[in-house]
Amino acid sequence: MSEVSLTAIDHSTDKNASLKQRLLRAEGSYRRRSMLLIAPLLIFLLISFVLPIGNILWKSFDNPEVVRALPTTLLALQGWDGESRPDEKVFVALVKDLKTAKDEGQIPSLIKRLGYEDGRYRTLLTMALRKLPDDGVESTSRSLIAQSTLWAEPSTWRSIQRAGRTLTAYYVLAAFDHQVDAQSGNIVELPKGQALYLSVLMRTLWMALVVTLLCVLFGYPVAYWLAKQPSSRANLWLIMVLLPFWTSLLVRTAGWIVLLQNGGLINHSMIALGLIDQPLQLVFNRVGVYISMTHILLPFVILPLYAVMKGISPNYVRAAVSLGAHPFRAFWSAYVPQTFAGVTAGALLVFIMAIGYYITPALLGGPGDQMLSYFVAFYTNTTINWGMAAALGSQLLIIVLLLYWVYSRVTRPANPAQRA
Amino acid sequence: MSSVPPYVRFRGVQKSYDGEQLVVKKLDLDIQRGEFLTLLGPSGSGKTTTLMMLAGFETPTQGEILLDGKPLHTVAPHQRGIGMVFQNYALFPHMTVAGNLAFPLKVRRMSAVDIELKVKRALDMVQLGHLAQRYPAQLSGGQQQRIALARALVFEPSLVLMDEPLGALDKQLREQMQLEIRRLHRQLGLTVVFVTHDQAEALTLSDRVAVFNDGVIQQIDTPKALYEHPCNSFVAHFIGENNALPGTVVSVSGAECRVRLADGSEVGARASTALSAGEPTSLSIRPERIALNVPSANSLSGRIEELIYLGDHVRVRLNVAGHEAFTAKVPIADMHDDWLAGHTVPVSWFSHDASALDPLVHH
Repeated sequence: MSEVSLTAIDHSTDKNASLKQRLLRAEGSYRRRSMLLIAPLLIFLLISFVLPIGNILWKSFDNPEVVRALPTTLLALQGWDGESRPDEKVFVALVKDLKTAKDEGQIPSLIKRLGYEDGRYRTLLTMALRKLPDDGVESTSRSLIAQSTLWAEPSTWRSIQRAGRTLTAYYVLAAFDHQVDAQSGNIVELPKGQALYLSVLMRTLWMALVVTLLCVLFGYPVAYWLAKQPSSRANLWLIMVLLPFWTSLLVRTAGWIVLLQNGGLINHSMIALGLIDQPLQLVFNRVGVYISMTHILLPFVILPLYAVMKGISPNYVRAAVSLGAHPFRAFWSAYVPQTFAGVTAGALLVFIMAIGYYITPALLGGPGDQMLSYFVAFYTNTTINWGMAAALGSQLLIIVLLLYWVYSRVTRPANPAQRA
Repeated sequence: MSSVPPYVRFRGVQKSYDGEQLVVKKLDLDIQRGEFLTLLGPSGSGKTTTLMMLAGFETPTQGEILLDGKPLHTVAPHQRGIGMVFQNYALFPHMTVAGNLAFPLKVRRMSAVDIELKVKRALDMVQLGHLAQRYPAQLSGGQQQRIALARALVFEPSLVLMDEPLGALDKQLREQMQLEIRRLHRQLGLTVVFVTHDQAEALTLSDRVAVFNDGVIQQIDTPKALYEHPCNSFVAHFIGENNALPGTVVSVSGAECRVRLADGSEVGARASTALSAGEPTSLSIRPERIALNVPSANSLSGRIEELIYLGDHVRVRLNVAGHEAFTAKVPIADMHDDWLAGHTVPVSWFSHDASALDPLVHH
């Protein structure tokens, strides 16, 4: 600090510089040093957070397969009118590209990519590759069309052209159950049997909402009770609340299977007590997912609520009672409104975490209880379709950002001091 | 006073929070209708607990409280109709000023027209009508205090409790608010029970002051009687400035007694409660009751240690009878030019201005 003030004195003699410039210069070294201090964190965030997210966002539009495998074909198609059968040179270029691609091992990704446009293209390409026309053949186009009439249809070539752009909307459209129709080139809804992600998205949002409501419902009284305890005892109970964090998510989830399954502790006890005759189906369905997710996410509602409630003087409720309000009404109109900030913070935290849940629904839910993340994992681990995984991931990211925006809009007017 | 039945009566009230220690040990207290009574004492003396029991937020462990002759424990706190002003005001931050004031009226299911009228009248009463649509966080401390006062009065309670309501204000504002509270008390004919640890505030506001210590009322009296005739050393020390000289009672005759001080000199004093010859005592004299350079019956000699000139008076610290912190406040007109540190002067007071009290335990 002393160094800063010294430089300030040095520059005060400089009469030509404006006050603003002098201020900038005087505080410059201080700012540079602060930047240096936070630089490690900034670099870490850039490498571990900003770049991967940017990369994933990019991957949902990135479209390299066809561009890489069929460069000359795409070049030859540039002069094509899009309506008639392409020239002979396009067919020649295709065969040439396919031969090179075969040597360079790009065929599988090419077939996969063109298959997204239309499933028939997979067999089309496989057939063509099996019997590639020789260089000496009289007409490349004729021999290809002889294999399949699809080669004669302009829509096939339009699909190749579309898939040959460096950027594609295919994955993002698919994530919202839409596609570009191979025949017409228009954006259309996926047919009923294929549409999936919008209903998965709705299911994800609905399940996250239910879990959030359950967490608030259960967490609110707990936080209230904790805030009323003397601080030594409250600390002990807070450790209890945090205890689940010390066990791995997988272990906790597995624990719930043990507890909830048909021969598990809960069903067993209830049958022994004569409450039920048949074991209740508590796991491998929605109930199990709700129970476990609520349990895991509960602390995220309790902690911010506790912090907010700790700061609310008991005098507010007393004041309301002294003014004639029944204790319940006093609580409802003098205390609860003051906890809204905590409720929103906790609920938003839970909701954002819940829409990204994967392991718990995968282990405790049935096939109809899988959330969006399950499909992200499916595309990254099973089918290696990065574009689809990225598009679905971006979908979640956008929802979270929207929620954050809503949250900042909702919480701003809650502080009357800022309203002035 | 005793012919009128008291408005509030505490009978043998005790309160313990942990079942081991009594916060309020034994409380018998009568409050008259229209009276301004202050509960004064250090923190932890039981004054706030007493107030909270009256409001209904704490239950007496033993004894009973009567309001207008009815036992209070049969009335739920929200049905007592007692106005209360809290420390830090407890204004609802999510409601406007008007919303805060309307709350007790809405709870009472008054019509919107009546509510509007009464809120307006209450705001005018504290001269803040223009702030009705503000939120508490947008008000200054003094304004919040007034709104809290208006809210406690808007439903026209006849008994109002105030728990250190002025503690958070600066000195000037506090004095201004004291006058305001006095005005409202008189104007509305309220009965007020006021809790504070500020003795000047207690003396300014109250008809009577109850001095609390250790869960017991030490003395309950008018401000003048408390100051001039403290009944024990705690009260003498807690209220105002006080010189305490340790000594032994030589003789007692009625209200008068003779006390021998540490250096062997003998002085006359007012005898407080049950003191008999031979007992140790602590002699209490207010600094402004001491005269220097005026020889009289109760005359000792004191060596001047320090003089502080304060414009309207001079504070003289003396060594009297081996006691080094003996202070006299002398009007400027009575000051002599030859009073200098190290000089010895006669120190005197009237016997009836000195009280022989219980000996100080620590010090």
